[in-house]
Amino acid sequence: MIPLSWYLILAAALFGIGLFGVLVRRNAVAILLGVELMLNAVNINLVSFWRYGDVTSMAGQVFAVIVFAVAAAEVSVGLALVISVYRRRNTVIADELDLLKW
Amino acid sequence: MTGTQIIFLIVALFTLGSALMVVTTRNLIHAALWLVSTLFGVAVIYALLNAGFMAVVQVVVYIGAIAILFIFAVMLTRKDLRDNTPQMNKNWWAGALIAVLTFGGLVFTLQGWSGFSKTAAAVPSGFDAISQLGDQLTSPAAYVLPFEVASVLLLAALVGAVYIAFNKK
Amino acid sequence: MTHEFVTSLVWLIPLPPLLAFALIVLFTNKNKALSHTVAISAAFLSWLGAMIVFYNAVKTEHFGEHPFASAVNWLPTGETWLKVGVLIDPLSAAVLFFVGWTVLMIFIYSVGYHNYGQPAGDHDHAGLPPHGATVEEHGHKHVVPSIEPMYSRFFAFIGLFAFGMYTLVVSDNLLTLFVGWEIMGLCSYLLIGFWYGKPSARNAAMKAFMTTRIGDVFMLIGISFLYYATGTLSYREIFTEETLHVLASVPSGVFGLSAAGLIAILLFIGTIGKSAQFPLHVWLPDAMEGPTPVSAMIHAATMVSAGVYAVIRMFPLLTAGWHEGAPLTSAMTFVAFIGAFTAIFAATIAVAQNDIKRVLAYSTISQLGFMIAAIGMGAYIAAVFHLITHAFFKALLFLGSGSVIHGMEHGVLHTGNHSVDPQDMFNMGGLRKKMPVTFWTFLIGGFALSGFPLVTAGFWSKDEILADAFANGHLAIFITLAVAAFMTAFYTMRQITLTFLGEARTKEAEHAQENKWTMTAPLVVLSFFAVTYGWVGIPEHFPLLGGLVPNWFHEFVGGTLAEHPPVLEFNIVPLLTSLVVALGGLALGWFVYKDIKSPAEDKLQIPFLKNKYYFDEAYEVLFIKPAVWFSEVFVSKWMDKGFIDGILHLFGPATGGVGSAIRNYFDLPVINQFLGDGSADVTWWVGKNLRPIQTGRIQQYLILSLVVLFVVGGLLYFLLLA
Repeated sequence: MIPLSWYLILAAALFGIGLFGVLVRRNAVAILLGVELMLNAVNINLVSFWRYGDVTSMAGQVFAVIVFAVAAAEVSVGLALVISVYRRRNTVIADELDLLKW
Repeated sequence: MTGTQIIFLIVALFTLGSALMVVTTRNLIHAALWLVSTLFGVAVIYALLNAGFMAVVQVVVYIGAIAILFIFAVMLTRKDLRDNTPQMNKNWWAGALIAVLTFGGLVFTLQGWSGFSKTAAAVPSGFDAISQLGDQLTSPAAYVLPFEVASVLLLAALVGAVYIAFNKK
Repeated sequence: MTHEFVTSLVWLIPLPPLLAFALIVLFTNKNKALSHTVAISAAFLSWLGAMIVFYNAVKTEHFGEHPFASAVNWLPTGETWLKVGVLIDPLSAAVLFFVGWTVLMIFIYSVGYHNYGQPAGDHDHAGLPPHGATVEEHGHKHVVPSIEPMYSRFFAFIGLFAFGMYTLVVSDNLLTLFVGWEIMGLCSYLLIGFWYGKPSARNAAMKAFMTTRIGDVFMLIGISFLYYATGTLSYREIFTEETLHVLASVPSGVFGLSAAGLIAILLFIGTIGKSAQFPLHVWLPDAMEGPTPVSAMIHAATMVSAGVYAVIRMFPLLTAGWHEGAPLTSAMTFVAFIGAFTAIFAATIAVAQNDIKRVLAYSTISQLGFMIAAIGMGAYIAAVFHLITHAFFKALLFLGSGSVIHGMEHGVLHTGNHSVDPQDMFNMGGLRKKMPVTFWTFLIGGFALSGFPLVTAGFWSKDEILADAFANGHLAIFITLAVAAFMTAFYTMRQITLTFLGEARTKEAEHAQENKWTMTAPLVVLSFFAVTYGWVGIPEHFPLLGGLVPNWFHEFVGGTLAEHPPVLEFNIVPLLTSLVVALGGLALGWFVYKDIKSPAEDKLQIPFLKNKYYFDEAYEVLFIKPAVWFSEVFVSKWMDKGFIDGILHLFGPATGGVGSAIRNYFDLPVINQFLGDGSADVTWWVGKNLRPIQTGRIQQYLILSLVVLFVVGGLLYFLLLA
């Protein structure tokens, strides 16, 4: 009924949008939002491959669950960093955080 | 066009629309809220994929925890309460181009794969995905190790986040 | 003594003086006594060898046909060898005799002349004549003659000279003759310039060397030509019938002379230089700057005689194509003319000279002219005879003059008046009383020179030359030589009168003293020969005396030639002429000069004669100034400093120019600026322009990395997979 390609295209689009957000947004928190979108796209991919492959093998879902955990950990640490940076530098504009150079 | 397909299309458009709003809206609180709607859309997609557990976990963890966390973070890092500065940096066209290219590249690569347009097999009757999932996650012969490591990772993240964001004064 | 033994002995004769030279120079230089002992012993050994050889030569029957000859292969020349060796034939035996005696006498004389045994001078310098030493004697100070500072050096040089002369005499070929010739030329230079501190001595030495060199060049050309024509330089090989005939008939292309004539003339030019004939006579009077033993030995007895000996040796070549009684060949005419002209020319100069040695110098030139005129006329025996007698009495006269000068110097030291010239005859006078031995021996020598009849050797030899000239019809030569003989007697008597007779004209002459035995004994020995030597050559047809003793000289020396020279018929004319010119000249000389007290009264002090016909001045302008100009201006200034140094001086700036061009046009712009600074600038520019990439903004880093990923991925996909 629904071919796999639709899910994959959906995931790819979502991934592209998330990538766009990462590359383009000024606010650091907004960048992390984009990251979240990308992770969700990945998860959609994984689950659709589970459903459209061997359903009895739970590897796809397990992988998706681990991704959840990782995403959560990453968001928490990332936002903690953003808050810490905001306290120090009083800004969250990514362009102003440019010490990672010579 | 079957009903499932129509539902899928509606949900997909909804999700993608929300995602676009996430990355373009100026007001960050709005962005966070749009994220919530995107996540909802993704949860519905999971449900369409017969991954009920994933749908619920998506709502509980992503929307309930992560999106809330985002809202907190936005609030804690506001210099002034109005966001009237542009939210996209000056290279937005490069980012757009790359995003489009990425999408195009992914699709292009995938459509060369033979299984690109296959349809879903029926779920075997009596197949309990959740118990199977639980079994896989805790069985030593299966994925208990990644599961445990993931929990350690969460612990580390917890400690790290607290430490980093701790206000010393 | 076997023939072979004597021949080997001949090889050894020249060696002792050479050894003496080496020993003195290397070892005994500091020790004066040892030096003169070495030298005189060497001269004695050579004398002994010479006497032994002479005795054996005289003893041998028909010596001319089997002389003492020995040669060795020396220079390989392709198929053949150039041989060198020794030859004692009658001519060289006779010459060896007088060389041995005169050399030994002069060596002994030098001991006394250089004041051996006297103290070192007050301020004597090596290079200047000794000037006297002050000694305390009986309470008051006395200046006595001092010893020559360079005493040993003198003996070394005369030793080397003796070696050269002996080599020349004993050699059997022109090559070693020339070697001896040149060694003597060198020693002449060294000895004339013995007192090198005096500029006049230095200049005289150079003049002597240069002038004789001119002659030597032509002689060498002659030797080369001879070698080219015949392939040999040995006398015995050249003087064969066939060789002489060929040389006489082949025209040489020069002045219409035959090859023999041209070679003979070229060799004769060497003699003109060495024996101071006109026009190369200018060096001999100046050579009197040397010590008197040098003047005696080199410029009277031996070296100048060597020139005449060389011509006599080459007699067969000179007279090739001529025979007794025929008219003279052009070569012979040339030789005779030079000889006769020189004889009279020098005699005219001698009458105006006031220095005692100068008179003798011009006298030597004149007498050598006699000998050469004789050879030019073909009078072989007469020339050899006069050569030998002249050697004895001229050596005697020079040594006598040295003795006079020595005595006068004693007087000068006594009075302390150093402005008085001890050699000027007008400062002398009355010395017969103060220096008797010197007087009598000088008288004998002077009479021999003048040709005093019968009892002196000079008479017999000079008479023979005049007789030959007259008998062969060479009247021009006869008259010229007769006039020259007259002038000879005249100036000789002038010399004796001014020096010895009358009263002392200066205080210095009053205090003159006779010298030691080392100086007077040689005078006596030489005067013995000056008297007696003439008697070995009394012509056969001489009235009364001829025939009493055989003419040993004619027999002996005549054997040298292939054809024995004929004995002359006696003619009264030349004999009378000799008597008249000799006695007349002597009488006139005594008569004119017995009362003259100063040069102002001397009518013969004609400037033209006194200044030697201004020949020295003429040569200065004609030859010396141009030569000096050529070397100093043309060669040194223009060519060497201007042209060659100019080229060299171009190298420096040229190299500098090249270097700075490379520096400025290549090194600085290309290497430094373009490559060096350029690469630095490029690197800096690249760095400056790449640096902005590192903005520190992660979004831009992300974009960049994704772009690269796409590019690389696309390339890989399309190149590898598609």
